[in-house]
Amino acid sequence: MTDLVIIGGGPAGMSAAVAAYEAGIRDILILERDSALGGILQQCIHNGFGLHRFGEELTGPEYAWKYEKKVRELEIPFKLDTMVLDITPDKVITATNSEDGIFQIQAKAIILAMGCRERAKGALNIAGSRPAGIYSAGTAQKYVNMKGYMPGKNVVILGSGDIGLIMARRMTLEGAKVHAVCELMPYSGGLARNIEQCLNDFDIPLKLSHTVVKIHGKERVSGVTIAQVDAGRKPIAGTEEFIPCDTLLLSVGLIPENELSKSAEVELSPITSGAVVDQDRQTSVPGIFACGNVLHVHDLVDFVSQEAEIAGASAAAYIRGEQGEAVSIPLETDGIIRYTVPQILTAKKDVTVYFRVADVYKNVKIKVLDGGREVLTKKRQKVAPGEMESITLKQEQLEGVKRLRLELEVL
Amino acid sequence: MYDVAIIGAGVVGGMIARKLSAYQLKICILEKEHDVAMGATKANSAIVHAGFDAKEGSLKAKLNVQGSVMMEQVAKELGVKYKNNGSLVIGFDDADRQTLAELYTRGKSNGVKDLQLLGAEEVHKLEPALSSKVVCALYAPTGAIICPYELTVAAIGNAMDNGAELKCDFEVTDIQKTDEGYQLVSGKETVSARYVINCAGLYTDRIASMIGDDSFSVHPRRGEYLLMDRECGTLVSHTVFRTPSKMGKGILVSPTVDGNLLLGPTSVDMEDKEDKETTAEGFAHIIREANENVDGIPMGKTITSFCGLRAVGSTGDFIITAPETGFIHVAGIESPGLSASPAISEYVADMLKEQGLSLKENPDYNPNRKSAYAFREASLEEKNRMIKENPAYGRVVCRCETVTEGEILDAIRTNPKAKDLDGVKRRTRAQMGRCQGGFCGPYITELLAKEMGIPYEGVTKFGGESMINVGVTKEGK
Ligand SMILES: Cc1cc2nc3c(=O)[nH]c(=O)nc-3n(C[C@H](O)[C@H](O)[C@H](O)COP(=O)(O)OP(=O)(O)OC[C@H]3O[C@@H](n4cnc5c(N)ncnc54)[C@H](O)[C@@H]3O)c2cc1C
Ligand SMILES: Cc1cc2nc3c(=O)[nH]c(=O)nc-3n(C[C@H](O)[C@H](O)[C@H](O)COP(=O)(O)OP(=O)(O)OC[C@H]3O[C@@H](n4cnc5c(N)ncnc54)[C@H](O)[C@@H]3O)c2cc1C
Repeated sequence: MTDLVIIGGGPAGMSAAVAAYEAGIRDILILERDSALGGILQQCIHNGFGLHRFGEELTGPEYAWKYEKKVRELEIPFKLDTMVLDITPDKVITATNSEDGIFQIQAKAIILAMGCRERAKGALNIAGSRPAGIYSAGTAQKYVNMKGYMPGKNVVILGSGDIGLIMARRMTLEGAKVHAVCELMPYSGGLARNIEQCLNDFDIPLKLSHTVVKIHGKERVSGVTIAQVDAGRKPIAGTEEFIPCDTLLLSVGLIPENELSKSAEVELSPITSGAVVDQDRQTSVPGIFACGNVLHVHDLVDFVSQEAEIAGASAAAYIRGEQGEAVSIPLETDGIIRYTVPQILTAKKDVTVYFRVADVYKNVKIKVLDGGREVLTKKRQKVAPGEMESITLKQEQLEGVKRLRLELEVL
Repeated sequence: MYDVAIIGAGVVGGMIARKLSAYQLKICILEKEHDVAMGATKANSAIVHAGFDAKEGSLKAKLNVQGSVMMEQVAKELGVKYKNNGSLVIGFDDADRQTLAELYTRGKSNGVKDLQLLGAEEVHKLEPALSSKVVCALYAPTGAIICPYELTVAAIGNAMDNGAELKCDFEVTDIQKTDEGYQLVSGKETVSARYVINCAGLYTDRIASMIGDDSFSVHPRRGEYLLMDRECGTLVSHTVFRTPSKMGKGILVSPTVDGNLLLGPTSVDMEDKEDKETTAEGFAHIIREANENVDGIPMGKTITSFCGLRAVGSTGDFIITAPETGFIHVAGIESPGLSASPAISEYVADMLKEQGLSLKENPDYNPNRKSAYAFREASLEEKNRMIKENPAYGRVVCRCETVTEGEILDAIRTNPKAKDLDGVKRRTRAQMGRCQGGFCGPYITELLAKEMGIPYEGVTKFGGESMINVGVTKEGK
């Protein structure tokens, strides 16, 4: 029996481990399938991490090292090259590595911190051939940053997610020519600062409302046909343009990696594809917590750490058997606000609710409603799907509240 | 000098090679691609048809029914997955009902066992996810599914273990007749053989013309597919066909032996034998008809799409003929060629015998091959024993399909050896899951480079110019 097992040793898993340790738990084990701690940050060698948390711009590995150092100093045990294969609802974990073979651990509490994966080409159904030269942006990032190889020289990028934007700059710096970044939507899903620093600074055109309609080439990509799309995201005939290139990078979204959560029978949200959690980041299965990209996709690692600390501290309280008075206040949204995390409140205490919107809106009011009553409102000049928003509710404001609803009003 | 040269390493050439490797013969398989199973064999519906489709009395009908009966045993010997899941041909109205009755009669006279005509209630009970518009069905309990490239890799691997040779990147471009037999030319290389079996799929007509035989032609007919995440693999348990009409057989919905859900194929006559492009129209067609057949297919869970070309022969039937002693065509092997392949191999062996080739049993012949899934399917204790012996079985490389380094190394080291990323994919399923190699591609590239002793950037997706990397970074230099 192990008090706390953490699945995944990325920033979320490490922050959660440290927080649980600081809350008094000693019997902790981190399981990580990679051969190093750090998660996706290991391959993010660009600057831009930790601005909120540490007030300085760190690279991904530098940010990760801050936490890895703590994990090592506190001597929190971790196993690398260890893949978790299964979790049962009663918290039996099955994992494998080459030293221990396939083994099982019974945990008192589990924190899910498995991160996310990139959406692959299949989900897009792009017509044409299937030659070499089509990669997800993260895979290309791995080839370039971790292995030192160039997956291509003439590049078109589909999707303007942050990884795609960052790879546009990276490939350019490595001497490749990035011909265009095509984005299906009329706005980019990436951070504004990345569009500025990764595209505009290098004169890489961002083609909004454009998609790739066909891939050409027998053995290696020889070009792509792109086209403009209408409001229904359907290609407009006559707007096709052929761009010769040897590489197509896809940055078309990240999906939380929740296969294990499913085996543990954790309830998942169809919108975030992550677990449904309360303010403690506890899932529908008592004693199983989730944080980081496995819960919902974050753009900034600072918020990952913050969320993981909540999960770590709450797991510690759970292990010690501390349970408050139970309430159940569901948090609903109007659809314009796509989702919130948490989705439910089970205790009346101060809580920051994170959310994303479905489209770009200017001059808006965010309203937290209890029936017809406005509990709290907040004005924002601009909100966009690419940037996570938050609103903080005080304990007093939750007095007498039965259910909450978040709405967005355009002023 | 080989006794037999087989042109084409598809399922047909592969099964013939395996059959002949049971005899004391020197055999060589010649394949123009970088790997085996690169033609129609890698992109089809993967159904072992029961045999009610083909016209009574045709070679297709006879070999289909025989092959389908033989397949389970062949799969067992070769250690490949096979599932007797049964087929349903669904009908939406009275006209369909009539056609199904005809198919039933045809199936019976072809010798298909246990066929049944079902009413609405029975068919919905058997397959609850069917659209409520389905009113009747033909049920063929002997229908089955198999993985065609797994079968072919295993058949050729088994043939090689029994002494056959495989030459890839060998495109036969010319054939010369000699006193002893034939010389098969590919660029500067020549292979001599006493007997030649032409299993070149779409190019069997071109091979035929190299010996001056223009008696048949073969044209491509495109079939496109969508493959869905394993999450959807249990939506239906049977293979669900539509009632065939003048428009063709329509889009089927079927589980695969690996637990995915397969939708397709379209059917479009083509001219270009190399055009395996998928099309937006094709996708739209598949989605529309699949949704008519079965409720609740989550189209967002598509993980890949692909296209195969049927080799449609000019006679309407399989063309298995000998234009002259020493040469056999196995042409026009469109569907149900996969199902028929075990029977085709016996048929061809008999033809060779008739032509005077002596078939003496190979005393060392072993019909069995270790399954590529030996580790995956082992018990927990067995797995742990294997990991202790070879720690590479403890390292998971492909996270989506849980494929270990040990299994990937096996694929790179076992006949017929995987030499590129797609080769590893077809043998182990690594890169076949929902992330399609996003995570493990770079690592498998490394394993291939190391095992084959080639530079990292020399690794390809499927041979030729299909490079994964085109250079090194500034730091890499
Ligand atoms: C390519 C990319 C670029 C980014 N750029 C920026 C940026 O510029 N600035 C910024 O602030 N943020 C950026 N982010 C966001 C931020 O870095 C990530 O959101 C953060 O790393 C997520 O942390 P995590 O721990 O949740 O997930 P991850 O870092 O993905 O860690 C999850 C870990 O879990 C392990 N794991 C998963 N499944 C298992 C299993 N079954 N068994 C064992 N281990 C398992 C994985 O191997 C991995 O190490 C970027 C994200 C990505 C993907
Ligand atoms: C869309 C579609 C769906 C199908 N569905 C089914 C089904 O569900 N059930 C079923 O039973 N059957 C099905 N079939 C049929 C089945 O796939 C084929 O009958 C079978 O794969 C044919 O195998 P083959 O070895 O003859 O051809 P191929 O697999 O095409 O092999 C021919 C090989 O010859 C090689 N070659 C060609 N020219 C040369 C040359 N000059 N020199 C050297 N090598 C050469 C090619 O590269 C290729 O590898 C389907 C086919 C298609 C296309």
